[in-house]
Amino acid sequence: MNRGGFWSDVSKYRVLLLMLLPAVLFFLLFAYIPMAGIVLAFKQFNYNGGIFGSPWNGLDNFRFFFESGDAWRVTRNTALYNIAFIIVNNVLQIAAAILLFEAARPFFRKIFQTMLFLPYFISWVVVGAIAYNLFNYDYGMLNSVLGWLGMEPIDVYNTAAYWPLLLVLISAWKALGYGTVMYLAAITGLDREMYEAAEIDGANIFQRIIHITIPNLMPTLIILMLLAIGNIFRGDFGMFYNMVGTNGILFSTTDVIDTYVFRALTANNDIGMSAAAGFYQSILGFVTILVANWAVRRYDKDRALF
Amino acid sequence: MKNQAAIAAASDAVRSKAVRRDMLLFRIIGYAVLALLALYCFVPFLLVLSSSLTSESSIIEHGFQLLPTEFSTEAYSLLFQYPEQILRAYGVTIGVTALGTFAGLFLTSMTAYVLSRKDFRWRNSFSFFFFFTTLFSGGLVPWYLLIVNYLQLKDTFIVLVLPMLLNVFYIIVMKSFMSGIPEAIVESAKMDGADDFRIYWQLILPLAKPALATIGLFLALGYWNDWYNALLFVSNDNLMPLQYYLYKMLGNMDGMRKALISSGAVVSLSIPTESLKMAMTVTAIGPILLAYPFIQRYFVQGLTIGSVKG
Repeated sequence: MNRGGFWSDVSKYRVLLLMLLPAVLFFLLFAYIPMAGIVLAFKQFNYNGGIFGSPWNGLDNFRFFFESGDAWRVTRNTALYNIAFIIVNNVLQIAAAILLFEAARPFFRKIFQTMLFLPYFISWVVVGAIAYNLFNYDYGMLNSVLGWLGMEPIDVYNTAAYWPLLLVLISAWKALGYGTVMYLAAITGLDREMYEAAEIDGANIFQRIIHITIPNLMPTLIILMLLAIGNIFRGDFGMFYNMVGTNGILFSTTDVIDTYVFRALTANNDIGMSAAAGFYQSILGFVTILVANWAVRRYDKDRALF
Repeated sequence: MKNQAAIAAASDAVRSKAVRRDMLLFRIIGYAVLALLALYCFVPFLLVLSSSLTSESSIIEHGFQLLPTEFSTEAYSLLFQYPEQILRAYGVTIGVTALGTFAGLFLTSMTAYVLSRKDFRWRNSFSFFFFFTTLFSGGLVPWYLLIVNYLQLKDTFIVLVLPMLLNVFYIIVMKSFMSGIPEAIVESAKMDGADDFRIYWQLILPLAKPALATIGLFLALGYWNDWYNALLFVSNDNLMPLQYYLYKMLGNMDGMRKALISSGAVVSLSIPTESLKMAMTVTAIGPILLAYPFIQRYFVQGLTIGSVKG
C-alpha cells in the first residue's frame, strides 16, 4: 500500500472520514468529555462553578467513601455477586446446551430453547414486577406455597439474608437462554468425527460428554470467564435497582457500587462523593480488564480483546 | 457419503446393548432437567398473566396463583377505561424505538463499513478510539451532568434516544460481518467511479441485510425495554416510556389511586391494585411476547455472528 502524505490521504479518504464523523463526535461527547469530568472527584462541586470552575478539595470526597466502610461493603458485594453469577450461570448454561444438543430431539430442542430464551427479552422493570408477584409478603406465590406446606410465611423484602441466593437465582433465570444459545453454537461447531470414533470404541454418552464435549468447550468457557472476570467490578444496575430499589433494609447484602453511586447522585445529591466512588470503580474496572485481557492473551492470543 | 455410511453401519454393529441403555438413561435425565429449566424460565410469565386475570378479592384472600381462582378482567377494563396515559406511554416507546433503531442502524453500519475498509489509513487508530470507551469511562456522574447541565436535555424526547444510539459492540459485530464481503465488489464499483458513500449505500447495505436485521432487533429491544434514561432524565409525565410507566406504577400505587379517583375512573378506594399491577405488566410485555416467536432466530444468529472475532 502506498502511503502518501498526511494531507493527501485526508483528501483521498475524505468521504470515509466524513462517514466516520458522526460516530467520532458521538463518542467524543458521551465518552471522552465525561472522562475529563473525572476531575469532579477531587472538587467541591457547586452549580455556579460547574465541572471545571468548582474549587478543588483534594481527597475529601474519597475520605468519606472509604472511612464510612461503604467502599469496602459495596466493592465486596459487587465482586462476590459477579463471581457467583459467573460460576452458576456458566455451569447451568453449559449443562443446558449439552443436554439440548445431545439429549433433545430437534423438535423439543426448539421448544426448550424458546422457553429458556424468553426471560432475556424482558426489561428488569418487568422482572421486578414478577419478583413482587413471587415474594410479596401478603400475596406472593412463595408464601402461598409455604402455607400449603404448613410453613410460616417469610418476609423476603425485609430480610437481607435471603437476597444473595435470590439474586443468584434471578440472574441465572435471566441469563440462561442467552448463554445456552452461545454454548450451543460452540458445541454445534465441534467436529462430529471425534464422537463417531469414540462411539465405535464403545464409549457411552456420559463418557463422550466428559471426555470430548467438555474438554472441547473449555477454550470457549475460559475465554468467556476471563472476560467476565474483567467486568467483575461492574454491577448490573438494572437488576439490583429493580429488585431492591431504595429499600435500605436490604443494603447490607445487596448494595453494589453502581447502586451506591446512583443514590449518592440522585437521592443525596452528593456530586463530589458519587464522582469519587464512580472514579474508584472506573479505575478498578480498567485494571481488572487489562489483567483479564493479559490472561486471555497468554491463553489464546487470537481471542484477546486487544 | 459412502465412507460415512460405512462408519454408521460399523458403529451400529458394535453398539452394544449397554451403550443403548445408557443413551436411554441419558435422554430421560436430559429431558427431565431441560423440562425443569424450561418451566423455571416460563412459569413466572404464566403467574403474571394468571394474576392479571384474577379478581382482586381472590388475590387478597388466596394470594397470587398459577391459575385464576376467580376469573376477572376487571383490572384490564379499569386500565383501559381511561387509556390516555397508557397510550401516550406506548406512543413514546414506539417513537423512541423506531427513531433509535433506524438512526442507530444507519450510524452503526456506516461506521462499521469505514472500519472494515482494509485500505483506510487510520482504520486501527479509529477502531481503538471507539474500543477504548468500553475499557474506561468517566462514570455516571460526569455523564449525567453533561446531559443535564451542559446539553440541557432533561425532559426532552431526544434524551431517550441519543445516549443509546451507538454501541461499540454492535459496531464490532457489524464490522466483522462486513469484512467478510469480498473486496472485489468494492474495487469494481470504484473503477466505475462510485464514491465511498454510494458503495456503502448501494452495494454494501443490501449485502449486509442479515447483520442489519440482527443488530436492528438488538437495538429495537434495547429501546423498547429502556427505562434507565427515563429514570435519570424524565420527570414530565407526557414523556414517560412504557417501561418507566410500569416502574412508576409498581412503586407508586398510591399516586395511581389518586390519579384514578380524580379522573373519575373509580369512586371508591376499592381499586384492584394488585391485579392492576399485573395487568400493566402484561400490557408492557405483550408486544414482545407476540413478536418473540418470529424474531427469536435473529437473536440466535446475532450471538453466533458476535462470537466470531472481528
